[in-house]
Amino acid sequence: MSQTTLPTRAGALAETSAPARRLRDHGRATPWLFLAPYLLLFTGFVIIPVVLGLWMSLHQWDYTLPLKPFVGLDNYIDLFTPGSTTSGIFWQAMQATAIFTVSSVPFLLVIPLLVALLMNAKFPGRNFFRAVYFAPYVLGVAVVAVLWRYLLDNNIGLVNYYLGLLGLPDDTAWLTSTPAAWVALVGVTVWWTLGFNAIIYLAALQDIPVELYEAARMDGAGRWQQFLNVTLPGLRPILTFVTINTLIASANMFGQSYLMTQGGPGRETRTAIYQIAETGLRNFQMGDAAAMSYILTLFLIGLSVVVFWLFRERRGARK
Amino acid sequence: MTTVRPAPAGATATSPTPVDAVPKRRSLSPGQRVRGILRMIALIAIALVFISPLVFMLVTSFKTRADATSVPPSWIPEEWTLQAYQTILGSASTPVFTWFLNSVTAAVANSVLVVITASLAAYPLARMQFRGKNLVFGAIIATLLVPPVILVIPNYLIVSELGWLNSLIAVIVPTAAGAFGVFLMRQFFLSIPVELEEASRLDGANRFRTFVSVVLPLAKPALATLGLLALLTNWNDFLWPVYVLFSPDVQTLPAGLSTLQSANAVRYDLLMAGAVIASAPVILLFIALQRFIVEGVSQSGIKG
Repeated sequence: MSQTTLPTRAGALAETSAPARRLRDHGRATPWLFLAPYLLLFTGFVIIPVVLGLWMSLHQWDYTLPLKPFVGLDNYIDLFTPGSTTSGIFWQAMQATAIFTVSSVPFLLVIPLLVALLMNAKFPGRNFFRAVYFAPYVLGVAVVAVLWRYLLDNNIGLVNYYLGLLGLPDDTAWLTSTPAAWVALVGVTVWWTLGFNAIIYLAALQDIPVELYEAARMDGAGRWQQFLNVTLPGLRPILTFVTINTLIASANMFGQSYLMTQGGPGRETRTAIYQIAETGLRNFQMGDAAAMSYILTLFLIGLSVVVFWLFRERRGARK
Repeated sequence: MTTVRPAPAGATATSPTPVDAVPKRRSLSPGQRVRGILRMIALIAIALVFISPLVFMLVTSFKTRADATSVPPSWIPEEWTLQAYQTILGSASTPVFTWFLNSVTAAVANSVLVVITASLAAYPLARMQFRGKNLVFGAIIATLLVPPVILVIPNYLIVSELGWLNSLIAVIVPTAAGAFGVFLMRQFFLSIPVELEEASRLDGANRFRTFVSVVLPLAKPALATLGLLALLTNWNDFLWPVYVLFSPDVQTLPAGLSTLQSANAVRYDLLMAGAVIASAPVILLFIALQRFIVEGVSQSGIKG
């Protein structure tokens, strides 16, 4: 156990005390004193909010009005009653979130993997390329959205200009018509966040033992077979993480819509988070907004469970 | 209210050692050479897609108002000018310099708070045996799975009850409650050999002394990574500041940038200057400390 080169006195003493004992020689309060500052934050801004949110969702909680009567599950029932004041806008926003998630996640899973595979070899300037692909991710959504609003401007934007040079339609209203707005939102998001997943993939690729590739090659496996039989199985644990992380990030999309399309052309690109924020923090119908956020959360948890299950299934059914 | 993106399980603290997927052979065959060249072309093409929008942003910020909206768009300004910067920095309705200072204050304060509270909390979770440890650690880990959206509405109410609305403290304190930092630091502390602490303890130092004088210095790389990630996240946070900060003089840059956009919908020279001001610090930080940032991110995916 103690193979370190400690001063002899300490080394000798350390050997005489049992390992279990030496972990315990602190006062009963010591660990709690260390934990106290964080636990204060954690309780105040995570534990209490989770409970308080549930509580609010059971009340007619209008921030600006003095009375907040208990209404039981009414806020939830309203959300599921077609024609109520909240159900239409909420489900339209949920649909927008679904459209965005379904159309962005495949790109955010596959393209970064291709980029990572491309980078997973020694070549000059590898660190430079890695940095370049990751760079947009360190920018905030505010910068990214403002920049791309400019580049996607119908009349003066670079994107339409270059499309024109290529002989393609050069007057697409990228931000004020659907489905073009979806293409823009997904494209910008892929550009912005691709590097994040690519870096995670790359780290995982580099952890796959070289011997596995060598063994596969001995068995006469080609590049594609090596990818299927060595790379993909090696990535499986990380794929679960990347998939869930990307799904949740996409389902939480807010800034791109808020700044690039203002939820438009009408309300088509107004996502669930956008709607929750507007209902709760702009119109101060916080009971309704809290109910919405609990439903969205249930969806996200369900989705994560499905992803875990899918990846577990495939492990057994592997070819 | 986004916190640093959590890592659900066992992030290792050691840096990945680059290993070639395909080990080099003694000499390159023609096929390999062609493949190498094709790879380089692909890499450069992708790099251009990533870099050119940022270059265009920078270039436009030095254009005149007319030049910024000219058709066809040009990559080189007709006349290099600082007009856009002077306009936004001098305007009372869009106090960009104040926003900049607010963002710096908030990001630095949040980062310091995260590093201190997370490393303090992580230490007993990594090194001490006590009643309730599993409960506390379990609760912290469980919240990594809670989507931040359910915290937004109730936290707004809490912040408002505390009298923090429209004040920078609202964007400094609540986001420091995230579990990622505790998790990252705990994993790192576990990787430090216990023997190193023993010497100090036997010299009579108490737990806190040992923590400060032995453990923290050893944890510098992890502290730097965590601090940087917190700094970047806070600097770029958007949803939360947009709704909790509403007076022009308390806003942070991202929230301010959205004001700038709605006030100057077609003044792209001004918007690009604002975007450059908001992105320059993080880009410079990224260039200088790339290793820590990229390592932190690759650790946020579960390794192994």
